[in-house]
Amino acid sequence: MTASHGRGLLHLAAALDQQEVYDAAPYEEAARLAERGGLDFVTLGDTFARPGPDALAVLSRVAPATRRIGLVPTVTTTHTEPFQVQAAVATLDWVSRGRAGWRIDVSTTEGEARLFGRRHAAAADALWQEAGEVADAAARLWDSWEDGAEIRDVPSGRFVDRDMLHPVDFEGADFSVKGPSTVPRPPQGHPVRVVDATEGSARQVAARHADVALVRVAGPAQAAAVRAELRSTAQEFGRDPDTLRVLGSLAVDLGGGEHAAEPGHGGGGPRQTAQGPLYRGGPVDLAELIAAWHQAGAVDGFHLTPIEPLRDLERLVNGTVALLQHRGLFRTFYPGSTLREHLGLARPANRYAVTGGTS
Amino acid sequence: MTVRPRKQLHLAALPYAGEGSGADWAGSRVRSQIEFAPFERLARTAERGLFDFLLLADELRLREHRGRIHDLDVAGRPEPVTVLAALAAVTERIGLAATADATFNEPYELACRLATLDHLSGGRAAWNVATSQDVCTGGNFRRGDSLGVLDRVGRHERAAESVETARELWDSWTPDGVARPFAHRGRHFDIAGEFGVPRPPQGHPVVIQAGDSPADREFAASAADVVLARHRTPEAGREFYADVKGRLARYGRAPEDLRILPGATFVLGDTAAEAQERAFEMRRQQISPQLALHALERIWGTDLSSYDPDGPLPDIDPVTGPEREGPPDLTDLTGPTSPIGPIGLADPTALAEEWRALSRAKGLSIRGTVIEASGRQSFIGTPEAVAVELDEFVRTGAADGFVLVPHPAPDGLGEFVDRVVPLLQERGVYRTEYTGTKLRSHLGLPHPVWKG
Repeated sequence: MTASHGRGLLHLAAALDQQEVYDAAPYEEAARLAERGGLDFVTLGDTFARPGPDALAVLSRVAPATRRIGLVPTVTTTHTEPFQVQAAVATLDWVSRGRAGWRIDVSTTEGEARLFGRRHAAAADALWQEAGEVADAAARLWDSWEDGAEIRDVPSGRFVDRDMLHPVDFEGADFSVKGPSTVPRPPQGHPVRVVDATEGSARQVAARHADVALVRVAGPAQAAAVRAELRSTAQEFGRDPDTLRVLGSLAVDLGGGEHAAEPGHGGGGPRQTAQGPLYRGGPVDLAELIAAWHQAGAVDGFHLTPIEPLRDLERLVNGTVALLQHRGLFRTFYPGSTLREHLGLARPANRYAVTGGTS
Repeated sequence: MTVRPRKQLHLAALPYAGEGSGADWAGSRVRSQIEFAPFERLARTAERGLFDFLLLADELRLREHRGRIHDLDVAGRPEPVTVLAALAAVTERIGLAATADATFNEPYELACRLATLDHLSGGRAAWNVATSQDVCTGGNFRRGDSLGVLDRVGRHERAAESVETARELWDSWTPDGVARPFAHRGRHFDIAGEFGVPRPPQGHPVVIQAGDSPADREFAASAADVVLARHRTPEAGREFYADVKGRLARYGRAPEDLRILPGATFVLGDTAAEAQERAFEMRRQQISPQLALHALERIWGTDLSSYDPDGPLPDIDPVTGPEREGPPDLTDLTGPTSPIGPIGLADPTALAEEWRALSRAKGLSIRGTVIEASGRQSFIGTPEAVAVELDEFVRTGAADGFVLVPHPAPDGLGEFVDRVVPLLQERGVYRTEYTGTKLRSHLGLPHPVWKG
């Protein structure tokens, strides 16, 4: 356990997922609403297992319509090309001027495998092992251009300084990537990586590679335990545990806005359901819950998935968030412009950059 | 008396020229070929000019020259679909065409991303189907490792099957929104399941293809909606145009089901002489002394760095055989809009001889020879002259329109939109407003029949 275990700033994120919505307007409206509440980021899920638009393209479409909020699409790693994934995420960071994230996920079903016809479904452990390698390779590719590698030097005719471009020569168990990337280093250095660390097989990847870990648990004690485990594992990987934000992930049903939490929801707390922990109650009680878990040091914040997308997001922002702001527990404006700045995370140093004459 | 309507021109824009465009990006006020703002400005300008579409190229590896990264030209590009999805937010009508490689990508994923782009843009998406030529590219991809690199025929087959498969996927939802299972079993893909995105607003996003080989022409005739041609002279254009359009009937298609758009550059001036002068100055900026030597090294296949770009051409012969450094053929020098092209697909020895003869005849240095021998701006002159010339091309069956590459990139397009577009409109050969909202409508292409 590290000394810096205490609570820091509260971080809040919301999911934009909406069933059977393929045009841009509803996503744009929801993202702007979340931005009005000062949320750190919004997520949009993606899986080949069920219908839905390409999440990265949707959030890219949302980028010019928003100014500050982080944009975190899910991009799976099982059937996609790691080189293309990192290029697309880096491009989202360019398009949004430093607001991109990437929620890393895997595709476990044979049905998804059949859409590609290249390999059979594999066990979650193996797929997460590979996802970790993809995350690693992506970070190396984001570093493969040093900052300032584009020199545009008219007298020598050189557009780039090729000594500042680096092959990554990454060798994974199931893929290799030569590099360098085709996209110059993105504004954040590394776009923010988000991993749902609820399941055991994803937890190592989260501890090792994620900037933000999501945990779907129904109680603060459980959340605190997972957070402590993630932080200590991160430290074993040589990371400063304070570079990992752990957010409690809850589905929220704020339908009965003015009523208190329903009985049986753990005294206003979430209840475990087949779809994960669900909070059902009023926005005021949700604010209490968020403040309590955070002040207890159980989580660094919350990732909330509205059950009824626009209705619950509206109540979340205008009710819960407004109250947290009123009590001085949550930001009322964005002091920074990048997602890393919202999360209080430093821009990573480039592993290939030569500093101070040593290599 | 009825006036026969004039054949209408189609215009598209491509922000990146080929090699030599580094001069544009280095010198212009843009300062970035990667940030969003220049793309947004270009898209808005092209839309103001009522263009059919904006095309973005992709890049799967950085170019190399003699084993090192090519540092004399623009390197580093954003991923096209991601940029175009963002551009959908700041434009209303212009088509958004993404180059996406069919050699190393899988049709299911490409079909999802392009269908999403079509939904997000209200029916403005296009897919420029590219194939990867270079073995090195494979080093960045799973397929490149596990399956090896396909030969040229294999790449074509795979691209054609990718398009066919994508269209099956787009057709797998009924027009009223019911997902139905699909199965595709072909030479390159054996896949099945349910597609993740409802049928796109255009039915099928527009399919664009580039290339000039007999196989390319056949693929264009069988499957493409738009062909990016490379021919710059009216004669070559007419030959290509007649040949490709002539192949359509075999696939049950009409000549107007396919648009042929050559890549083209332009330089305007208040007088013909001023335009020529600007064109020459532009060429000098694009072909720096370093780039001139570089172009020569690509032909000679060896280190020529000790030569003076202002001196005579080397009298040694190009290296052929295994010691040759660089590409075995010269295809990558001849992109449709490359200032270094077109220099034909001649073998290196013949080409070197040709260039030496040119240098001797005109008393040209290395740099002077490269400027003289390699590609020129396609249309140089006053706005009036350029408008007439563009119209002539289309009227005489050499093209249906053009994909314009502005110099300087990307802001040079504004001059064309302000000075040439109104003249084309006056001639009655170019739209004065968008009459539809979808790219297919701009291009005058039929909505694909749903094959349930």
